Amino acid sequence: MINYDIVVVGGGHAGIEASTSAAGMGCNVTLITMDRYATGRMSCNPAVGGTAKGHLVREIDALGGKMGIIADRTGIQFRMLNKSKGPAVWSPRCQSDRKLYSEEAYRVVGNTLNLTIIEDSVIDILVENNRVSGVLTSKGIELKCRAVILSSGTFLNGLMHTGLKSTSGGRFGEKPSTGITESLINLGFESGRLKTGTPPRLSKNSINWEVVEVQPGDEDPQPFSHRTGKDFPFLPQVPCHITSTNEAVHKILEKGFKDSPLFTGRIKGVGPRYCPSIEDKIVRFAEKKQHQLFLEPEGLDSDLIYLNGFSSSLPGDIQLEAIHKIKGLENAEMIRPGYAVEYDFFPPHQVDLTLETKLIQGLYFAGQINGTSGYEEAAAQGIVAGINAALKIQGKPEFVLKRSEAYIGVLIDDLVNKSTEEPYRMFTSRAEHRLILRQDNADRRLMKYGYEFGLIGKDLFEESQKRDRLISESINLFESLKLHARDINPLLKTRGLNGIDSTESISKLCKRPELSLNDLLKVNGFGDNEIVQELLSDTISMNQVEIELKYEGYLKRQQEIILRMERNEEVIIPLTLNYFNLNGLSTEGREKLNRVKPRSIGQASRISGVTPSDISILLVYLKN
Amino acid sequence: MNKFTEDTITAIATPSGVGAISVIRVSGPLSFEIADKIFKGKIRLTDSSTHTIHYGQIFDENDVLVDDVLISVFRNPHSYTGEDSVEISTHCNPLISKKIIDLLLKNGTRLAEPGEFTKRAYLNDKLDLVQAEAVADVISSRTDASLRGARNQLNGLLSKKVDELRNSLINASSFVELELDFAEEDVEFINLGDLMNRVRTIENEIDLLLKSYNFGKVIKEGVNVALVGKPNVGKSSLLNYILKESRAIVSHIPGTTRDIIREDVSIDGIMFRLYDTAGIRISEDIIEKEGVLRSRKAVKDADLVILINDVDQGKSEDLLNEISSLINSNRILSILNKIDLGMTGLDDYDVKISALTGEGIESLFRKMKEKALGTSNYTEKSAVVSNSRHFDCLRKAKESLGKVKNSIENKMSGEFIAVDLRKAIDDLGEIVGIVTSEDILNNIFTKFCIGK
Repeated sequence: MINYDIVVVGGGHAGIEASTSAAGMGCNVTLITMDRYATGRMSCNPAVGGTAKGHLVREIDALGGKMGIIADRTGIQFRMLNKSKGPAVWSPRCQSDRKLYSEEAYRVVGNTLNLTIIEDSVIDILVENNRVSGVLTSKGIELKCRAVILSSGTFLNGLMHTGLKSTSGGRFGEKPSTGITESLINLGFESGRLKTGTPPRLSKNSINWEVVEVQPGDEDPQPFSHRTGKDFPFLPQVPCHITSTNEAVHKILEKGFKDSPLFTGRIKGVGPRYCPSIEDKIVRFAEKKQHQLFLEPEGLDSDLIYLNGFSSSLPGDIQLEAIHKIKGLENAEMIRPGYAVEYDFFPPHQVDLTLETKLIQGLYFAGQINGTSGYEEAAAQGIVAGINAALKIQGKPEFVLKRSEAYIGVLIDDLVNKSTEEPYRMFTSRAEHRLILRQDNADRRLMKYGYEFGLIGKDLFEESQKRDRLISESINLFESLKLHARDINPLLKTRGLNGIDSTESISKLCKRPELSLNDLLKVNGFGDNEIVQELLSDTISMNQVEIELKYEGYLKRQQEIILRMERNEEVIIPLTLNYFNLNGLSTEGREKLNRVKPRSIGQASRISGVTPSDISILLVYLKN
Repeated sequence: MNKFTEDTITAIATPSGVGAISVIRVSGPLSFEIADKIFKGKIRLTDSSTHTIHYGQIFDENDVLVDDVLISVFRNPHSYTGEDSVEISTHCNPLISKKIIDLLLKNGTRLAEPGEFTKRAYLNDKLDLVQAEAVADVISSRTDASLRGARNQLNGLLSKKVDELRNSLINASSFVELELDFAEEDVEFINLGDLMNRVRTIENEIDLLLKSYNFGKVIKEGVNVALVGKPNVGKSSLLNYILKESRAIVSHIPGTTRDIIREDVSIDGIMFRLYDTAGIRISEDIIEKEGVLRSRKAVKDADLVILINDVDQGKSEDLLNEISSLINSNRILSILNKIDLGMTGLDDYDVKISALTGEGIESLFRKMKEKALGTSNYTEKSAVVSNSRHFDCLRKAKESLGKVKNSIENKMSGEFIAVDLRKAIDDLGEIVGIVTSEDILNNIFTKFCIGK
């Protein structure tokens, strides 16, 4: 019998963050994975980040997580999405070399102190007095531990479908994990079934690249990680390509509907509405004659092309026949058909905001087991679970991020309060405080926590603090620092703008959309001003100061809304409250309140199924 | 244990005074049990089914008959409050009602607080917030029109309208969010001009509702009217004519109407509260001075001032000026009295009447209604705002839409537009009491093909 502090089950994106953060905090951690070389293996898209997901990666990085660094080292195309919009919705995304990503992830995990990797699979969770005591593996080994983090991805009773053929497994060519679901159900957990899908992989050399549209990466690529140095990007950069389906393609696909596991009811799990299969799109949006497809490289040395947008579980021959009607893919060779995968999940109202389960102390869920989809969502939960498991073992207060603090806070709050019926993906619209939760200020929002937990080095933290100070000092300075008409009017004139009469503060001038802060600071030198000099040499801070000045009014309003909301967050509901004694509650409200056991009125009001009158009753009760 | 949901409450549901019957309402989990303790009928109320009426007698603790009564049984959730409840119809006599209430209290009920039945109905999801507020209005309605208005609100007319507006905003918002979260997708986005048009349309609708507030308020609360004029122009005669009963002292001695006399009349369903004022002029008489102060206050508080001139004295410009300094001049109705004495002068008045013969009174009534309601086309069937909380929420929503328009005009990116759109959605949600954040995403997924 071997003793560990924490056992992490599964070496995917959640498992990597959970195991490395807990080990980084000084816990003795073991990571159990069926295949060590599958660490961080990307099951679906060979890409990291994207709208709102890029925010998550930046936040994970600010807390001291690994995803950003691994993605930076293995990215083969970097783009900042939404560049034409405001800075709050800019989101970094990269195309990754799938093989290198996994290798790098294994290297990072393998090099982590206090962290052991065991190749095995867990078949039972051992519990004593509602507290985790260890796990039992398929090789019959009993590992004793004080906390277990389950991050088993799509492997729990995984079932893959292509046409009417089903194979057990969590990913192509890999076995499912059985036993854990049954073990959890025996412990009293409620399980559900979800579905996700992946598109076919094509051979690179069989595609007619001449006729498809090119989508290049950014000319000035930006890394995810606050820790990535100057020699970025590390790998040669390659483009993606765009093509689309057409009516002929749709017609062929329709032929296969009778053999579709989705339409014939073989697939019981609920799939994501934002990432439907191609057959779903054709049915639900019949009026659309074509759908855009992205040809994404799987790696620098790889012959595989990922056909993004063409996720399907139709029979393989139908998939291929349809692909041949797509522009540029007329002679494409399909290396592997798309497939759907069904897996068990545990509706996330069963976990607390720390991701510890409410039923069993010391047991944490992270990633797809909580009903999310996406590497970034999984990683975000992994780091929160890892940190909290370590804190609990060390007898320290828990770590819960607020909705107004981080997308990670929004993600977990949504999961716990709304539970989920389809795979949950992050969107910027889920974050009501979006303007403040920007990817550019992730370090200013969160690095203090990473530093506190020992996951962020002193130098990095001090650098971020210094930047934070410079930004606030600059904003104060620009409120009072005024430019004279004689100095600024020439610039205004060249931009075709109205001049000013006598003087105007930088902060006010900066609100004109046509003027950048850089423009203003270059006018009639502020040579002797230290703050201005420092700012001019630090583009990161400069950008943030500019954002704060330009959008001041909006940011202030958002801040006011946060303050108003937080009043509700401060009305604490005792966890011992028995909702069955509050007679006026609606039946659904009572049931939902009882299962979530919210900490505050604010949280209670976000629980789906809880009505405003339920909240009134709670308020009246709490006042009495 | 929560006090208000656990106990059983009672109160007299009909107004005090003499009538044919009086109704006592009991609501709460012990309603049947408690009523059975004092009631003797053919079967026990506890055993009877919902929506049945039972004849029987109520006896006091000494087995003395109190009254013959009819008791209606409502079982939860099919009652007004959503709880078990009974309604006891007794012969109307304050002593009987009091005795029965006393008996109910002794047997375990508690006297209901004002509005508590309605509060329970709201808390039990029998009514939404707007409807709950409307109940209070139905109860306090004093004219037909205001009763109809309140009834409509109870039926959800305003809620329906607000929901409709809120949904259009959610739609508009979805377009904005679509562009932010799904920019990489192959979907068509709304252009700023279209968005502006949508926002304007919604804003106009909100404006209509805001404007209806005056109408709604008039219908619900009535109109305060100050009668003002120099001594002897016939203020009290006019008032009397309107009331067809003599209460104010009518005499030729100036300044005898020292107290403000108030009379309520209903004209075409609208309640007018008529205040007969003493003169507004300066007086040495201490009692009159007091009267002058009160008159000035009445004018300031009035929704409408009827300035009475007479044929003898002609138009009193000084008085008009004085009133105009106290109240917006479009709220002044300037009339000429005593036209039975012959028409003199070419001054122009809003209405010319004779309080003696009644000539012109009809057109005075018409003018009063016009001034009170404006020239709007509202009927009691329109969604009308009559509650200041609703008005305030609508005003806030409009303010947020103003900011939205501003952002659109300045070509701000969607996330800035979205801030205030969401605020407006929440403001409207506050009226009907719903707040949800999933609405927008749900809308997007049903309307647009998303998914790379």
